[in-house]
Amino acid sequence: MPDITDHSVGSAHHDKVAHPTAADLLDITDPIGAVDLVDQGPELDTVTRAAATPDVPQPFRELGLKDDEYLRIKEILGRRPTDAELAMYSVMWSEHCSYKSSKVHLAYFGTTTTEKMRSKMLAGIGENAGVIDIGDGWAVTFKIESHNHPSYVEPYQGAATGVGGIVRDILAMGARPVAVMDQLRFGPADAADSQRVVPGIVAGVSGYGNSLGLPNIGGEVIFDPSYAGNPLVNAACIGVLRSADLHTAHASGTGNKVILYGSRTGLDGIGGVSVLASETFAGEGGPAGQGGQGGARKKLPSVQVGDPFAEKVLIECTLEVFAAGLVVGIQDLGGAGLSCATSELASAGSGGMHVVLDAVPLRADVMTPAEILSSESQERMCAVVTPDKVEDFLAVCGKWEVQADVIGEVTDSGRLIIDFHGETVVDVPPRTVAHEGPVYERPVQRPDWQDALQANTSGTLTRPAPEQLGELIRRMIASPNLCSRSWVTDQYDRYVRGNTVLAQPADAGIIRVTENDSDTRVPERGLAMATDCNGRYTLLDPYAGAQLALAEAYRNVVTTGAAPAGVTNCLNFGSPEDPAVMWQFSQAVRGLADGCAQLGIPVTGGNVSLYNQTAGANILPTPVVGVLGVIDDVRRRTITGIGQDTGETLLLLGDTRDEFDGSEWASVVHGHMGGFPPTVDLAAEKLLGDVLIAGSRDGMISAAHDLSEGGLAQALVEMCLSGQTGARILLPENLDPFVMLFSESTARVVVAVPRTEELRFTEMCTVRRQPWMRIGVVDAGDASADGTPDEQALDIQGIARLSLVELRNAWEGTLPAVFG
Amino acid sequence: MTQAAADAQAPATAARIGVITFPGTLDDVDAARAVRYAGAESVALWHADEDLAGVDAVVVPGGFSYGDYLRAGAIAAQAPIMRAVIDAARRGLPVLGICNGFQILCEAGLLPGALVRNAGLRFICRDQWLRVENTDSVWTSRFEPGAEILVPMKNAEGRYVAADAVLDELEAEGRVLFRYVGDGPAQGNPNGALRDIAGICSADGRVAGLMPHPEHAIDALTGPTDDGLGLFVSVQDWIGTAWTGAGTHA
Repeated sequence: MPDITDHSVGSAHHDKVAHPTAADLLDITDPIGAVDLVDQGPELDTVTRAAATPDVPQPFRELGLKDDEYLRIKEILGRRPTDAELAMYSVMWSEHCSYKSSKVHLAYFGTTTTEKMRSKMLAGIGENAGVIDIGDGWAVTFKIESHNHPSYVEPYQGAATGVGGIVRDILAMGARPVAVMDQLRFGPADAADSQRVVPGIVAGVSGYGNSLGLPNIGGEVIFDPSYAGNPLVNAACIGVLRSADLHTAHASGTGNKVILYGSRTGLDGIGGVSVLASETFAGEGGPAGQGGQGGARKKLPSVQVGDPFAEKVLIECTLEVFAAGLVVGIQDLGGAGLSCATSELASAGSGGMHVVLDAVPLRADVMTPAEILSSESQERMCAVVTPDKVEDFLAVCGKWEVQADVIGEVTDSGRLIIDFHGETVVDVPPRTVAHEGPVYERPVQRPDWQDALQANTSGTLTRPAPEQLGELIRRMIASPNLCSRSWVTDQYDRYVRGNTVLAQPADAGIIRVTENDSDTRVPERGLAMATDCNGRYTLLDPYAGAQLALAEAYRNVVTTGAAPAGVTNCLNFGSPEDPAVMWQFSQAVRGLADGCAQLGIPVTGGNVSLYNQTAGANILPTPVVGVLGVIDDVRRRTITGIGQDTGETLLLLGDTRDEFDGSEWASVVHGHMGGFPPTVDLAAEKLLGDVLIAGSRDGMISAAHDLSEGGLAQALVEMCLSGQTGARILLPENLDPFVMLFSESTARVVVAVPRTEELRFTEMCTVRRQPWMRIGVVDAGDASADGTPDEQALDIQGIARLSLVELRNAWEGTLPAVFG
Repeated sequence: MTQAAADAQAPATAARIGVITFPGTLDDVDAARAVRYAGAESVALWHADEDLAGVDAVVVPGGFSYGDYLRAGAIAAQAPIMRAVIDAARRGLPVLGICNGFQILCEAGLLPGALVRNAGLRFICRDQWLRVENTDSVWTSRFEPGAEILVPMKNAEGRYVAADAVLDELEAEGRVLFRYVGDGPAQGNPNGALRDIAGICSADGRVAGLMPHPEHAIDALTGPTDDGLGLFVSVQDWIGTAWTGAGTHA
């Protein structure tokens, strides 16, 4: 962030916000650092022992539980929890699993979703992922999840396991994962640590995602100083299923078997739970080393290690057991491992489950029940299967050489009972673990620096003279946040499975769902998805910022010709213990929910990541919004590149205002940050969307590109380079060319229409009251005297003539120059 | 439907082309689709089987077989199905290895040379221009001599290497099938492959391997071109003429 906000935010926060506490760092899918494991010693902490030794001191604070939370656990159980129970409650009641700080605000999504919006939703918030009916018996499920902290500690594995986790979430809905996207935010590109973090995270997404055989169809790469010590790694996945095959996590049916399958359970990703063994041992009053093993220490990283091959066979194996109808309920193992899977399955079903931990296949020998229950070893799933199907289920796992073991069964006891070495180590009401965690009404306070920030507008900044605009275009398109992302996206497989219709750098990715490879005249339905968020806009006005993220993702989807159908989100914010952050969060949630209600598309699910801060300075509030759309005939999709038809007219749709606060220009040229973000006009976005969808359906548009950061200049350059064709632009003389070229006003798109369709299209715009303006023509260049074609160029008449070669060099050169 | 695919509807009895799936194979659905687009019948073959189900040709598709945790393709080359493929190939069965499939054929000794880490040490996914250097092979007969085609390439270990003597022999016998070409942005040799080699074939022109992905270029909707169909149409011409030969239908 530019200095001005560093100061205001910094000074406002240093006294208020402490560094992350041990509790924060135990956020279970975001473990940090390495842990020490101490053998527990001879005695197992059983339920019986817990009842008999009520006063044994337990390390609940180190595990992130507050005193009152610990007391509540004692009330629930009528005794002190065992080590294993304490481990389960502490991870399941963590911020990440229980949403204890965000719950009260997230409820607003429910209250703003109308029955009409809900009509196409088969599953919503609360499930592993939301599901939307897209017609003809097909449904789609999609979700974004964060893996921020591990990716800073260990960039490659952090990012890799982030992809693995979201894919299992989609799989657990009974869907075949069909595409992934990734939303990456880093510190300054030229910062020293970026040389470690950026290539590592990109290689992790590439190495894991490519090996899974899922096309990467888009995402975001953004650089800002506020992410320097806390990069954001969000991963999205789209899955497709027949509506009838929808599976959810529940364990109905007393006597049904619980099967754990996939990788073995090891000591990786255990986070802080291992303090238990040592503390309890010490609590026994015995000297360390008692029993000859108490002092033995093993060290393991608490960031999990991914095995994409194991995940790939897990996917195929799981889809085969779904197809064969062998599954009653299913749950992926992610954060909180078996603690989460068993308690959630049990509470969502008949209400009881009996598990024998000795049946869990282990990677390490000496593992305590607490460690087995908390392990976040990757590539594991938990299925509930009727007894008569168990043999067939195991046979399918055998075919794919996937380890599978019956670890327990569903009961009607209303209790989750877990045995180890023939003794009961867990005996709890499952709902109290999975769903009845603490809920906090954190203090919410609009920060005192907000007014100063908004008062400091870009109005006073020096603007370029017309003759400087050409040079400004060259400089802007080469800036880290506007330059080509191909250094990143060329490391991702976008072709695998052969259904990718659009991928980066298109406005939205499109994946084909229904294929007719015998006759391509039959319409083939597709899914479009785009994700967006401008953290600077959101800092200036969190409510508007979230709506601007929604508006841009919506615009990106409609620009390809797809009709928006659902919304998901990944809300990355700072410390919930900072009232200013909770204000940003609550404002962003309300803005997003109200915006979705206005656009008439439901929020089907989401993810919250808090405590994104470094040395007391929070990241820019970053509510990443994903919009999913449906296109009835993928062959009608609109592309970005011009020059597909000879003689295209370029039209600018939407109104351009003088809006530069929080813009790329203000940031790149002046390092300025302040004022108010661009005006939000969702009615205009909806109208624009209807026009673009109609234009694509009726074949009136040959290319289109959304205007966002960098404004019209950026969009024109990308349309020319993508189509490898030049253009002649004539800006209206009565308008300021700088504002026309660089303003970031929303609800705008540039479309290329064939001459033959121009009148029909512009008349449609006029009738629908869609503002439009003719700004130029596509110009492939005429052959000169000697027959060789002219050099292709973007010619902005009276401003600058920029050859596509120099534009490409400027646009594509930046990231390779920094990262090799 | 593409013209090439329409042409390929010709043979009264559609050729049956096997597509192998190993654990970790990723592009088998694409290869099967390419076979169908080209008018043939695709037959799914499983790594653990030892029988080729009487197919007329075999495609070994791309991916990361068994995770490629040893050398790429090294484990798959030892799979039961590969024993059958090697025997049949020695008897003249047409075999095409794409990407990981090419690596597997080299590891299995059906094709000379090896594929090592790209010069840039990164995974590269991009549309790549290739020149068809030999149009006499079973898999390239439908191409014009010297034709340049645009197909996706995507790999981290695609750099073809072999001893000079082997390279000279390949060149002399016209067994270099495809070469990286193009001088546009991000074109030309992408990974330091020796002599720009993207694909080669056996002495009898029936066993072929290449790193780029023709099966991803069968429809301009989902790929850069439909140039890739040429390989899948070519092999059917050969199968049609050799319908009773080659001893693969015993």
